[in-house]
Amino acid sequence: MVFLEFEKPLESLYEQLDKIIEVGKEGDINVDPMVKKLERKIKKTQKDIYQNLNGWQRVQLSRHPNRPHTLYYINEICDEFIELHGDRYFSDDKAIVGGLGKIDGQTFVLIGHEKGTNTKLRQYRNFGMANPEGYRKSLRLMKMAEKFGFPVICMIDTMGANPGIEAEERGQAEAIARNMFEMAKLKTQTMCYIIGEGASGGAIGLGIGDRVFMFENTWYSVISPESCSQILWRSWDFKEQAAEALKLTSDHMASFGLIDGIVKEPLGGAHSFPKETAAIFKAHILEESAKLKEKEISVLLNERIEKYSAMGEYLLNPKEAVSAKK
Amino acid sequence: MGWFKRLKEGIQTATSNKKEIPDGIWSKCPSCKEATLTRDLRDNLFVCPHCDHHLRIGSYEYFEILFEDSKYEIHFDDYEAKDMLEFEDLKKYKDRLKDAKEKTKLKDAISVAVGEIAPGQPLVIAAMDFSFIGGSMGSVVGEKISKAIDYSLVNKIPLMIIAKSGGARMMESAFSLMQMAKTSVKLGLLADAKIPYISLMTDPTTGGVTASFAMLGDFNIAEPKALIGFAGPRVIMETIKKELPEGFQSAEFLLEQGFLDFIVHRKDLKLKLQTLLDFFQNKPKSKSPVLDTEVVKAEGK
Ligand SMILES: [Zn+2]
Repeated sequence: MVFLEFEKPLESLYEQLDKIIEVGKEGDINVDPMVKKLERKIKKTQKDIYQNLNGWQRVQLSRHPNRPHTLYYINEICDEFIELHGDRYFSDDKAIVGGLGKIDGQTFVLIGHEKGTNTKLRQYRNFGMANPEGYRKSLRLMKMAEKFGFPVICMIDTMGANPGIEAEERGQAEAIARNMFEMAKLKTQTMCYIIGEGASGGAIGLGIGDRVFMFENTWYSVISPESCSQILWRSWDFKEQAAEALKLTSDHMASFGLIDGIVKEPLGGAHSFPKETAAIFKAHILEESAKLKEKEISVLLNERIEKYSAMGEYLLNPKEAVSAKK
Repeated sequence: MGWFKRLKEGIQTATSNKKEIPDGIWSKCPSCKEATLTRDLRDNLFVCPHCDHHLRIGSYEYFEILFEDSKYEIHFDDYEAKDMLEFEDLKKYKDRLKDAKEKTKLKDAISVAVGEIAPGQPLVIAAMDFSFIGGSMGSVVGEKISKAIDYSLVNKIPLMIIAKSGGARMMESAFSLMQMAKTSVKLGLLADAKIPYISLMTDPTTGGVTASFAMLGDFNIAEPKALIGFAGPRVIMETIKKELPEGFQSAEFLLEQGFLDFIVHRKDLKLKLQTLLDFFQNKPKSKSPVLDTEVVKAEGK
């Protein structure tokens, strides 16, 4: 387990717990009352820590080294999964994965950014920063979903699209724009989940759907707090302030009406309880997908267009405020 | 074409608001540093006569250049930005807006105009202003593009968006991010209605603007040497820790990579647009001069 700075009070409690359990195994002493007591203390400490998180702390949780990523969820959620590779034009991007999966006997197309779970894999996955091929592969799979009538699940977890020479040469901007354009028209139900980081064009390139949900400890913004600090404060040192100013957390996003809901994580966060989080995720997908299934595809498409057309807040005829929420 | 049905409430008619430029005012070219009389520069469509550098100009300059007799109507001019996040960095967003409005005399970073680029050739043009907070796209830019698309849809008039932007407006955070989605989604409606959309990318076109409406044209075109990209050159350089190749992210580079249909010199822009839009008009019309020269060129090879 890795403990972030603000999680430190938990670290020593877990250490104590481990010790006591070990002692209990070695001797004949009944440690149950002490274990119970410590577990209560851990619960209380978790409550104190995780119920009062600020923006920057949530950003840190979204990047927690123990936090589950796309492939973890796919493995937990799907009865079967076959990964499908390649954009058919240039190559197979490793930062976006996708394929056919069965959840509770129903076929879905699942797509998501994958950041990798160790140093080597993180490099292999380019830290979840996709090249244009990744977006084009995802679009190919979405079109397949449309063709065969499978629902689409997109999992978003990226610091942004890859900022590199090759990505520009091969049209990063076009790939992201094309994805949004086509996802708006996709004739099958589409749900997007921000499971970790939702930064900028790299995120929204997989982010147009009938329903967009954020996991509790994630963020979604036009720019990362670090880059925002660098550009607007002209220094890397204001990331905490930037994270507050950007109002990028799931509760802010829900209150703005820019997402359709929040997936609550177990107290302690997805990184502490990955299996439980995956179970919550699975139930959420099945429930929401069933609701969407009740609607004709033409109705879904109209609602999708309406939803995105209404996004934005501005003043009309200066005096009179216009709020364009659903 | 009966499109020119006037006039709804609240539409301004802006026939030639050309500012008079007094004698003896000189402008220095940011590229070659040569000085030119500002009046001469304007007569040359703000293209440097010494080095052909296309200077950054505003929405109204494009309207003057492109609309026949500089006659056009300004639409949707009553939208202003709202500071719903109460955003504050080194400066309050509210103050940034106030300063930008005072400096530019504009309300936000895009203006929409409707007019004819030739008799019987109507066009809706939404043009961005870099001078307004770096031409950044927030809710107002998104909504005005959305309204321009609606206008094109209802009146069946082609649309051109002239992009000139550093990207999405950070001070509107996710609201500005969602404008990428909004403009892309709305362009889908225009595509379904088979109304031509021209995206003209000018210096600079980067970030969320490139990665949304700017790259979605039926025709993606650009001014010479314009910087066009997703990630800014500085960000890329900091990431890869290497110098960028010469001409990287220029219009010419994008043409070579296959992301532009063509590059057009500012003085040829109007004629080229007339020729292009003429392909979508099914009435007999005399051949345009641009078409003629191109045919001659092709045959002469
Ligand atoms: Zn010059």
